[in-house]
Amino acid sequence: MRASLKSYFRTGKLPHFLCPGCGHGAIMGALVRAIDQLGLDRNNVVVISGIGCAGRSSSFMDFNTLHTTHGRALAFATGLKLANPDLDIFVFMGDGDSSAIGGNHLIHAARRNIDLNAIVANNSIYGMTGGQYSPTTPEGMFSTTAPYGNIEPPMDIAGVTAAAGASYVARWSVFHIKQVIKSIVEGYNNKGFSLIEVISQCPTYFGRKNRLGSPSRMIQWQKERSVTLSKAREMNEEELKDKFVVGVIARREREEFSKKIYSLMR
Amino acid sequence: MEKVRLIQGNEACVEGALAAGCTFFAGYPITPSSEIAELMAFHLPRHDGVFIQMEDEIGSIAAIIGASIAGKKAMTATSGPGFSLMQENLGFAAMAEIPIVIVNVQRGGPSTGRPTAPAQGDVMQTRWGTHGDHPIVVYSPTSVQETFELTVQSFNVAEMLRTPVILLSDEVIAHMRERFQYPENVTVIDRKRPKKDEKEYLPYKDDGSGIPPMADFGTGYRYHITGLIHDESGYPSEDPEIQRKLLERLMGKTERYKDEITLIDEYFTDDMNVVVVSYGCSFRSAIHAVKTLRKEGIKAGCIKLKSLWPFPKETITKISEGVKGIVVPELNFEQIASEIRKYVDVPVKGVNRYDGSVIRPFEIEKTVRGLL
Repeated sequence: MRASLKSYFRTGKLPHFLCPGCGHGAIMGALVRAIDQLGLDRNNVVVISGIGCAGRSSSFMDFNTLHTTHGRALAFATGLKLANPDLDIFVFMGDGDSSAIGGNHLIHAARRNIDLNAIVANNSIYGMTGGQYSPTTPEGMFSTTAPYGNIEPPMDIAGVTAAAGASYVARWSVFHIKQVIKSIVEGYNNKGFSLIEVISQCPTYFGRKNRLGSPSRMIQWQKERSVTLSKAREMNEEELKDKFVVGVIARREREEFSKKIYSLMR
Repeated sequence: MEKVRLIQGNEACVEGALAAGCTFFAGYPITPSSEIAELMAFHLPRHDGVFIQMEDEIGSIAAIIGASIAGKKAMTATSGPGFSLMQENLGFAAMAEIPIVIVNVQRGGPSTGRPTAPAQGDVMQTRWGTHGDHPIVVYSPTSVQETFELTVQSFNVAEMLRTPVILLSDEVIAHMRERFQYPENVTVIDRKRPKKDEKEYLPYKDDGSGIPPMADFGTGYRYHITGLIHDESGYPSEDPEIQRKLLERLMGKTERYKDEITLIDEYFTDDMNVVVVSYGCSFRSAIHAVKTLRKEGIKAGCIKLKSLWPFPKETITKISEGVKGIVVPELNFEQIASEIRKYVDVPVKGVNRYDGSVIRPFEIEKTVRGLL
């Protein structure tokens, strides 16, 4: 990593505790690369996270960092943004954090179209607690609480966020890390709620439970499972069953929420 | 001097919050606290403040913690069911030392209970509702005027101690209309912030006061806030010594500053041989009863607890030494009476209702006479 990029991390607090081969490090790397490209004043950047492997990640980055309670990162972020709309706020969440316990806040942050930049590291599993299935675990796959295979249909985080009204939504995977950086930049430049879902790999639990092999094999798995938006339009439901669609899912002009609140003041 | 007005307790709460410098409110509708949100929605934009109706009470308290981290004085208002939902983040605010004010207008419980009837059943929940040992400060007003005064006090103490403060109102005080006069002077305390030239800012380093200065996010101090056990830099730690020191400092705040926190009013205590201790709406019946007993020649005194937590144990012990017994009227199953019993050797008799109606003065009078 370039020395100038390294300076975005609290190197004095290393080593981090993420497992070898975890995808979250690459996503954090994408976040600081995007912030570097955008040339943001790091004193003005806030990184907020919830609980879990993604939740702990905020502490490693040298910004104003807030490690909140499970599922509530977006609600804390809403308060911070409305109290000081000049702050550049990135919200780093996991799949369980953002879509299970925090699903309500996700829907309403998207509905309000508040200018927050959400990044969801979706590894399809609760890693921190030992590998239980999450709302995004694909049907039929194994976890410590799905010993006979997961019987719940998975949730489409990007799709739900887009439907709720977010003005910028994209989905990529760790395999598509360059596109992730580009989308974080685009999401920041979109003045409204933006969410970038990144399919991440958890070799320790999801990979091991489902015999997906090494971290690099899991990244290959991400590549094989991903389908671009244009390709997906030509495929039927059965063909798309075990795939995830990548690309910019939603991009629309909508009035930003904190501006609306401040316009009430006189 | 502003003229005297006839307003509700919930209105006085809003006036007090604005006087204390509150510029951020996040809430969720719930009876009997909703007037506070409604009035905040009207007034805050006129005071360059932000009102937001969140998706639930969990989000409401999260949003005010976020706003406080950005430097605003922030408040939410709720009632029992919503207060239950706020408990986890209340603990976060205590652990991360974020000043916030939570208004709980009590209604009948448990569960959905009696939304429109008075109760005082949340006294112990305000003390121990969130998990783990934690400091807490609770005020409970007995009138509309006092609701204003104690709302200001709640903000001041939250700012001074960097800790959540609860204003524990009840359905009677909140909805009753009463004489209110805007005070000539309102003392406002702001949190201590780091000095401008402070290079090595450690957000949780004790500066000798037990309360570290707090930097607003976005002002150049890039630091970490977490609900995990943390060291002076705010970074998570599993060092037993760091954990012990942090918890002792947090728990020590209310003991160290109890004289600034505690508010107790005494009536007819000089020559008393029996005392009625009360708070919130039940105090109104208590003082009425004591005045009646005095007319009968009974030397009854009355103590009003305007602050409930930290519990004023020394004062209660001292008061008990000169009396034959203590009578405690409250709308619950002896929540404060049982606390008093821990610190006194004289009989403590509760006068309790939990039927959605208030305690009548004659019920208190009868219990006092029975003690003599």
